[in-house]
Amino acid sequence: MSLLEIKDLHAGFEGTEIVKGVSLTINAGEVHAIMGPNGSGKSTLSKVLAGHPSYVVSKGSITYNGQDLLEMDAEERALAGVFLGFQYPVEIPGVNNAEFLRMAYNAKLVKQGQDEVDPLDFDEILDEKMKMVGMDKKYKDRFLNEGFSGGEKKKNEILQMAVLDPKLTILDETDSGLDIDALKVVAQGVNKLTNENNALIMITHYQRLLNYIEPQFVHVFSGGKIVKSGGKELAHELEAQGYDWVTAPAK
Amino acid sequence: MADENSSKTASVSQVMEKTEYKYGFKTDIDSDTLPKGLSEDVVRAISAKKNEPQFMLDFRLKAYRKWLTMKEPAWPNVHYPKIDFQNISYYSAPKPKKKLESLDEVDPELLRTFEKLGIPLDEQKRLSNVAVDAVFDSVSVATTHKKKLMEVGIIFCPISEALQEYPELVEEYLGTVVPIGDNFYAALNSAVFTDGSFVYIPPDTISPMELSTYFRINTEETGQFERTLIICAENSYVSYLEGCTAPQFDTNQLHAAVVELVTLDNAEIKYSTVQNWYAGDPETGKGGIYNFVTKRGKCLGDNSKISWTQVETGSAITWKYPSCILQGDNTQGEFYSVALTNGHMQADTGTKMIHIGKNTKSSIISKGISADHSSNSYRGLVKVNKGAVNARNYTQCDSMLVGDQCSAHTFPYIETANNSVQLEHEASTSKISEEQLFYFEQRGISRENAITAVINGFCKEVFKQLPMEFAVEAQKLLTLKLENSVG
Ligand SMILES: Nc1ncnc2c1ncn2[C@@H]1O[C@H](COP(=O)(O)OP(=O)(O)O)[C@@H](O)[C@H]1O
Ligand SMILES: [Mg+2]
Repeated sequence: MSLLEIKDLHAGFEGTEIVKGVSLTINAGEVHAIMGPNGSGKSTLSKVLAGHPSYVVSKGSITYNGQDLLEMDAEERALAGVFLGFQYPVEIPGVNNAEFLRMAYNAKLVKQGQDEVDPLDFDEILDEKMKMVGMDKKYKDRFLNEGFSGGEKKKNEILQMAVLDPKLTILDETDSGLDIDALKVVAQGVNKLTNENNALIMITHYQRLLNYIEPQFVHVFSGGKIVKSGGKELAHELEAQGYDWVTAPAK
Repeated sequence: MADENSSKTASVSQVMEKTEYKYGFKTDIDSDTLPKGLSEDVVRAISAKKNEPQFMLDFRLKAYRKWLTMKEPAWPNVHYPKIDFQNISYYSAPKPKKKLESLDEVDPELLRTFEKLGIPLDEQKRLSNVAVDAVFDSVSVATTHKKKLMEVGIIFCPISEALQEYPELVEEYLGTVVPIGDNFYAALNSAVFTDGSFVYIPPDTISPMELSTYFRINTEETGQFERTLIICAENSYVSYLEGCTAPQFDTNQLHAAVVELVTLDNAEIKYSTVQNWYAGDPETGKGGIYNFVTKRGKCLGDNSKISWTQVETGSAITWKYPSCILQGDNTQGEFYSVALTNGHMQADTGTKMIHIGKNTKSSIISKGISADHSSNSYRGLVKVNKGAVNARNYTQCDSMLVGDQCSAHTFPYIETANNSVQLEHEASTSKISEEQLFYFEQRGISRENAITAVINGFCKEVFKQLPMEFAVEAQKLLTLKLENSVG
């Protein structure tokens, strides 16, 4: 059984279709990259997968781990192991970063029928994860994403991924905003987290990230659809030749 | 007229008997309700029925005559139909709740709320006015505490009792902070108030416990015209908690309470309120309490301090400005407020800080949360008199909007008569957005917990001021109220 199976998915906002017929199958242990020009609907696809209530699915199906994902709300999907690293993480003033992470961690524990961890125990867990993604401890006591630079926000997303250890991770443009050193550290962290039992979808504009996290599959996304799929060499072709040769309407 | 009260004297040491007696006394009152309407005769009758000393009757009559010349204030940013003051009964059990036989008779909605708030069953019964045994339970609890307080000389009793037992104390302070003609509702309250709390903390005494209306909610039915007077003598401290966080479904429309606080040299009063009266139908806005309250403290002695903390989550209309008169030198006034409005609620609340003494300091932290179709106004006055050299004020006014049908307004007023003053003002407006909640949910955190987290973050500085259990209940209450408003 595949971990994720998207079939002929059409989705968008009320009255505007943005995702126009996407089919994609992902198995545990795989790393996929979705590349494509701005505005092609990549972030929309990622939010539809995560269950954002503002989007409507007009056609198609998504099966996750044998379950109908579209029947689940965002919270249920998250608790079932779906994680979205946002392209633009929202700022939440007044909410402590470490406390937020603990809430999320505990929600998962409770879902698994385990006891919640107290702030002291969690602090140890958090320290280790922060080290893994190369994040300074001072970010524990900051308000969630508030006043974070673009790169800090992205690192914080990866920290959350590390804490929650999801089954299916979608990283939306995680590389943008990270300088090359940060990118390396983050990529190392992500690589440590990927294994036989989980899968990763990387949405990216550039080839850069793929030098550090190697995908087995690359998909070119354009006009709300996957227009071409291939192995990692496809990414190099895109880098060298741009998107036009794959996205041009007629061949 | 007052002959049924002829035996109404009991020594302080006979608290238990007295409480029992009073129960009977109350039953008498119930069968002897005054007809609707307000006149000088009614005021006299109230005073006579309560067997009050002459000064109290004079006070009431003066207030009544003053009230006749006054008009309802039109300046608050609230709207409501005219109140017919002749259509209210001014003497009866002030909250004529029906005695219920069992919890089965209680509105299930109310019970659900109790459950969500985690209020134990006995408490639920007590709050919904169900069982008499529960009432007696509480009476003995109240008495135990009372004894403990009396050991250190603290007087904590209904103000009607204080008028019998300590009339000279009441006479000395009543109306010294809120003069009878202060405003329309204060004048009305002064004329017809039924009961309330009286607290006296003697010099050099730290109250061994937090005092709360909670302890005596059943020994004394406080009503729509509640009157509270707290005096904290030299070098003393008391923390007073008012209200209870459970919804009080109330048939009365108008609550016009007056609270007066007085601190002498080096004394401190901390007064906390969590208010959650019935706010009316959330869809139509029908019903609900009009909460028109005058709360004021006077830092009479040097180096004294008064601190107001309020979490206002109920009532159809709230009109309330807990204030501090900083009369002594080096006195301090504080106001911490969370005011939540949802449904069709309207709140116009804030504070007044009147600087009179030298080196006086005040700080104001106001957090307004508006949801649904509600309107939430902060109105604050910082007034610095000529003699108040080196006065300082810090004001922080934050608004949070939930949804886009609601409104938030701030009306800060500043009047200063000297130029050694230091004033700071900060204000912000924010929103709980769908994107924020989605972020939480994407991490597996429920909407409810997400709202709690955001609201707690927003209200942190105010919740910090509340006693622990109060803070927890206040948090739950806010979440409960907002659950259906976001998204
Ligand atoms: N709130 C919205 N309402 C309507 N259209 C939107 C909204 N947000 C994004 N879009 C549009 O959806 C399209 C796809 O956007 P997006 O999924 O962010 O693309 P990508 O991530 O590939 O850059 C764009 O044309 C964008 O303008
Ligand atoms: Mg995007």
